[in-house]
Amino acid sequence: MSLTLEQVRHVAKLARIDISDAEAHTALGELNGIFSLIEAMQAVDTQGVEPMAHALDLAQRLRDDRVTETDRRAAFQAVAPETEAGLYLVPKVIE
Amino acid sequence: MNQGAAGGWEVVIGIETHAQLATQSKIFSGASIAFGAEPNVQACAVDLALPGVLPVLNRGAVECAIRFGLAVGAEVAAHSVFARKNYFYPDLPKGYQISQFEEPVVKGGQLTIRVGEGDKATEKTIRLTRAHLEEDAGKSLHEDFHGKTGIDLNRAGTPLLEIVSEPDLSSSAEAVAYARALHALVRWIGICDGNMQEGSFRCDANVSVRRPGAPLGTRREIKNLNSFRFLQQAIDYEVRWQIETLEDGGRIQQATVLFDPDSGETRTMRTKEDAHDYRYFPDPDLLPLVIGSDWIERVRGEMPELPDAKRARFMADYGLSAYDATTLTASLEVANYYEAAVAAAGAAAAKPCANWVMVDLAARINREGIDFAAAPVSAQQLGRLVARIVDNTISNNIAKKVFEAIWAGEGGSGEDAADRIIEAQGLKQITDTGAIEALIDGVLAANPAMVAEFRAGKEKAFNALVGQAMKATKGKANPQQVNQLLRSKLQ
Repeated sequence: MSLTLEQVRHVAKLARIDISDAEAHTALGELNGIFSLIEAMQAVDTQGVEPMAHALDLAQRLRDDRVTETDRRAAFQAVAPETEAGLYLVPKVIE
Repeated sequence: MNQGAAGGWEVVIGIETHAQLATQSKIFSGASIAFGAEPNVQACAVDLALPGVLPVLNRGAVECAIRFGLAVGAEVAAHSVFARKNYFYPDLPKGYQISQFEEPVVKGGQLTIRVGEGDKATEKTIRLTRAHLEEDAGKSLHEDFHGKTGIDLNRAGTPLLEIVSEPDLSSSAEAVAYARALHALVRWIGICDGNMQEGSFRCDANVSVRRPGAPLGTRREIKNLNSFRFLQQAIDYEVRWQIETLEDGGRIQQATVLFDPDSGETRTMRTKEDAHDYRYFPDPDLLPLVIGSDWIERVRGEMPELPDAKRARFMADYGLSAYDATTLTASLEVANYYEAAVAAAGAAAAKPCANWVMVDLAARINREGIDFAAAPVSAQQLGRLVARIVDNTISNNIAKKVFEAIWAGEGGSGEDAADRIIEAQGLKQITDTGAIEALIDGVLAANPAMVAEFRAGKEKAFNALVGQAMKATKGKANPQQVNQLLRSKLQ
């Protein structure tokens, strides 16, 4: 299995990465290289092996439902590019 | 079945509901989820997606999901997985929402709905597909920031349970009945406060139409309906629009639409062509969620009796009608209040207790805009009051006065408030025949003209005499008894 240039551009667009034609060609080669690794792995017989959702065969640890955080807005907003009235300001977005 | 210009159409609706879970803290961080805080004071480093932070799952949120799964007879998955749903929006700082995709925490289940009023109500069972845990996004404010968008991340990371129904609903009325039943249930089991104004319970409706027997039509999804009325209006508009479009020879394009309450119309937000490709994958920051059977069994042991079971028991144990039992199990507060009142009044008073809770108390509570739990008349006080009607100590009319007096705090806060007021104000019903006869004799002597009219055949005069007699007893006599005694005296 290998990707097309069109798919590379689509994935880049979804990831909000602006790539040039040259970069798209480079990425295509690199991604197809990864795909060949995956193909090699897919050749392994995994019949009867339960798929894992995580590399570690462990269960999620849980925390008690308690409020442990205090208000640190001033510190967080001190490093934000722009704030006003307690809000973070970003370039205008309208869906 | 909906009637178009050219024959009938079947409506097919499935609903996705986001219920905000009633936890103290966020699903993956220790920040508070209290409503109404100043912007961003409840947005911690995890919620802001600062570099190096990791999510830690809230046990309370998982327990809410278990409660829900048990309440709808679903499978609570022993093993479920959190996934990243990738999209870009400024109120989603990580660039992905942590959700569940292939392996949700709750699988299947069902909910019984009742459509229609009173005796004409019909039952229908709606299958649930799944329910999964996820985090809410922040809030974008598009006005008043000199061409910029303001971001408040207090809501980011708030725990949600997304509950997905099968497309088993076939009208807006059924959709509303489903949403109401689900709303009542999540409040009943204490996992969501159900506050729709604050966005704690919001619905998306997937709507399509088809000719009877035809394959499913193309659906459009109406997003973010935060009232039952809007849900009804949006679906009604959407169904009409789809039928007209198809009958005019048009085609439905899969799309996400928004409902505008001002115009009463739905409008397209995005079509399938520019639909998001979320590129879900298991979140490597979170291990699989494992729920042991011991945990599930402990939660099962703590579950309240569910609405349907309580409703059936009210009918069987208290002889209530289906309508009364449904009304009294509309919320856990009402049901608990009613049961406590009956416990104080005695099972023989179950039906009058039902009337008092559903009519007199409910009216007073609605007028004051308060909850049952906050009513100044406690369930025990009401039960003891109803017991005094049942044992003929007072009439129903006098009881209304006593009720108001208890409400005003006149009888004190004890369970015996009604008895104290009856005693203090001398409201005991006069049942002593001799005493009533004496009063009637006085009335007859004072109103010879009315007596003469009655003897001349005017039945109206009799009613006037009953009125006079009741007045003489200050309303404390049993009206039937006065009626009888008066008639026998006039014979």
